[in-house]
Amino acid sequence: MATVEAAAVPLGHAHHEEMGFIRKYIFSTDHKIIGIQFLFTCLFFLAVGGLLAMLIRWQLGFPGQPIPGGGGLPDTMAPSGIMLPEFYNSLVTMHGTFMVFFAIMPLLVGVYANFLIPLKLGAPDMAFPRLNMMSYWTFVPAGILMLASLFVEGGASGAGWTVYAPLSAVPEYTGVSLGQQLWIVSIIFFAGSSLLGSVNYITTIINMRAPGMTLFRMPLSVWSLFVTAILALLAVPILAGAVIMLLFDQTIGTTFFLPEGGGQPLLWQHLFWFFGHPEVYILILPAMGIVSDVLANGSRKPIFGYHSMVFAIIAIAFLGWIVWGHHMFQSGMNPLLGTSFMISTMAIAVPSAIKVFNWLGTIWRGNIQFHTPMLNSIAFVAMFTIGGLSGIFMASNSVDIFIHDTYYIVAHIHYVLFGGSLFGIFAAIYFWYPKMFGRLMSERWGKIHFALTFTFYNLTFFPMHILGMGGHMRRIYDPNQYEFLQRFQGMNKFISISAFLLFASQIPFIVNFFWSLFRGKKSGMNPWRDNGLEWTIPSPAPHGNFEVTPTVYRGPYEFSSPEVEEDFLPQDLPLNGDRKPVRQQVPGD
Amino acid sequence: MHDAVVMPGGIRAEPGMRVYNLKLGMWVFLASEVMFFTGLIGAYIILRFGAGEWALPGIPLEEGGTPLAIQLTAFNTFLLICSSVTMVKAFASIEHGDQRGLRLFLVATVLIGATFVGIQVYEYMVLAHEGFLPRCSDELAAIVPNCNLFGSTFYTMTGFHGTHVSLGVLCMIWVTVKAFRGKYTRENHGGVEVIGLYWHFVDLVWIMLFTIVYLI
Repeated sequence: MATVEAAAVPLGHAHHEEMGFIRKYIFSTDHKIIGIQFLFTCLFFLAVGGLLAMLIRWQLGFPGQPIPGGGGLPDTMAPSGIMLPEFYNSLVTMHGTFMVFFAIMPLLVGVYANFLIPLKLGAPDMAFPRLNMMSYWTFVPAGILMLASLFVEGGASGAGWTVYAPLSAVPEYTGVSLGQQLWIVSIIFFAGSSLLGSVNYITTIINMRAPGMTLFRMPLSVWSLFVTAILALLAVPILAGAVIMLLFDQTIGTTFFLPEGGGQPLLWQHLFWFFGHPEVYILILPAMGIVSDVLANGSRKPIFGYHSMVFAIIAIAFLGWIVWGHHMFQSGMNPLLGTSFMISTMAIAVPSAIKVFNWLGTIWRGNIQFHTPMLNSIAFVAMFTIGGLSGIFMASNSVDIFIHDTYYIVAHIHYVLFGGSLFGIFAAIYFWYPKMFGRLMSERWGKIHFALTFTFYNLTFFPMHILGMGGHMRRIYDPNQYEFLQRFQGMNKFISISAFLLFASQIPFIVNFFWSLFRGKKSGMNPWRDNGLEWTIPSPAPHGNFEVTPTVYRGPYEFSSPEVEEDFLPQDLPLNGDRKPVRQQVPGD
Repeated sequence: MHDAVVMPGGIRAEPGMRVYNLKLGMWVFLASEVMFFTGLIGAYIILRFGAGEWALPGIPLEEGGTPLAIQLTAFNTFLLICSSVTMVKAFASIEHGDQRGLRLFLVATVLIGATFVGIQVYEYMVLAHEGFLPRCSDELAAIVPNCNLFGSTFYTMTGFHGTHVSLGVLCMIWVTVKAFRGKYTRENHGGVEVIGLYWHFVDLVWIMLFTIVYLI
């Protein structure tokens, strides 16, 4: 069999033609620029969502008192600074909507799938760069429409982020008509953006890996983004179909969810949660992958149980499709059906626990570097464990009767979504910031940000478990109207003050982020001494990524390898035993 | 036997499926489309069987039968299947480098697809005239059981399918223009294959919709 050495092929994209500002930064087709566009946009929405949460907390901590600086709000929201109940409903809805659809999900998928997949796989760009650009520019109008809904007549949707029908379908029930329709149209745009992104990510990961980058040499971040893209690809169209039916119920007189026309309100819940539960894993899986990468790097050890990590991701994603009913235990479903949903839900604890123990096994006896991304990743593991454990409680049918729609649920969702996903996002921002902008964020301020966030986060959300056990409802304008909730007023005030401090704790992050853009320490190629392909090219990563397509010889977690003197071993570094790829005759078509 | 770049240990050096990106992307996109229609059809099934009584075919309208014109739509279904055949013929032509055949069959596909949409619009107009709308007229609601649900699901499902066909026709016109400019060759005709995949998918969805909405 004749074998010849395959010549390193210079890629055609390595031309350095000058592009105008608009082509380069606004309507860019470069996956890295699109990722950075998503980053700035989503951080803005994260701030919006946070601000809305502060207003919610003001009302719960200090019910009926004028909002400080709230005199500027229009009379339809808060006359003379005192919040109206309708506005409170809109706040709860919009906080959830912004955080789920416009902050956490696109921060993980929009930013890091775009930025990391081609870089980590050794590809010059995404499979469909123009679709990728369209994905961002479909996302922007979605966000603008959602923001606009806050300011239209009748206010924003007040039906909760799950917009249960018929509450959302009949304008008279919440007093919101246009706001709800804008919500729906915005979500349709969002679904389009998500679809374009998913098609791109899946195609790129399947078809555009560098030579030697087999599936089981992919970093776990890419694995989790791959599985997430499949989930989004299949789940989001269900949401799109459901909200379109909802829009028709509102506008053209259909009766999908309206009992008076023969429709079924429960149908909405089924459709929404059939999307909604995979969505939960869309929100956490990428953070799990990112944290796996960072923990191995920060422990200077190979990830523990790489293959089981991959199979756990796949198992979680699969089980995520057959558990949606656990959101509906109180909807009057057949107890037998409820029990089967309970069992399938609890089964998810197994792959989740595999991941947690593997992370612990990775850190165990490692040479741990407490840099900011590592601190955030460790926080992820701890907080995700708490959130995961409370999830098992709620999965139990009989326990759920007691805590359904209480603050226990709020505590749980924030432990996995803030304590989990957002700490993962912080880890990712600190970790890949140098590859995006060529400079490191300040470590000292990063640690201050982490310590403050971690403290006030726990002070904010942990007491919510206790509120929930005490029967405090999840969505209530003024809990003091019930005598049995009045004793919680002190705790509500404590939570609110912690929440304000948590919000203020993000100031060091914002300052650090923008200060480091211009003044941060120059990072060099590989500041974290990592093995991934993205660290073999200059920072910030140049247009077209790789001068020459890299060849991959091993997996991404070869830290502290005895074969080399340094404690890391890049994926594309040939050792003595490694031969170059060769061109040869192989059987087949 | 063929040439390939191979890593030590027999690992194929260029991982991935041996399918070009555009085709793989279309398959992935179609998976999403399957879920979209699954949502709509699933809702229809739940609503219909939750409703109990339903307007069935084979019963006169006055006795609570279906208000839909089955024969016209059966003809329309036949047309759409024919357009799948012409699509296949167009693809087969260019695989043999037959430019004339490609253009002929693409034009045929565009025309048949447009006719399908036209007949569907005509059907909608007739139905609307009879008072069969997402919210039925009172006279119709008095005789057709669950008329509102029937109208809601009928117009949503067939409407979204019609939108898909219309978009398909627009894309097909674009492919046809490119074909007339000689952009496709025996070696390079991915555009024809990919629009064909979409077209067959839309056709398949219609066969299912026709069966469950009109026939049973």
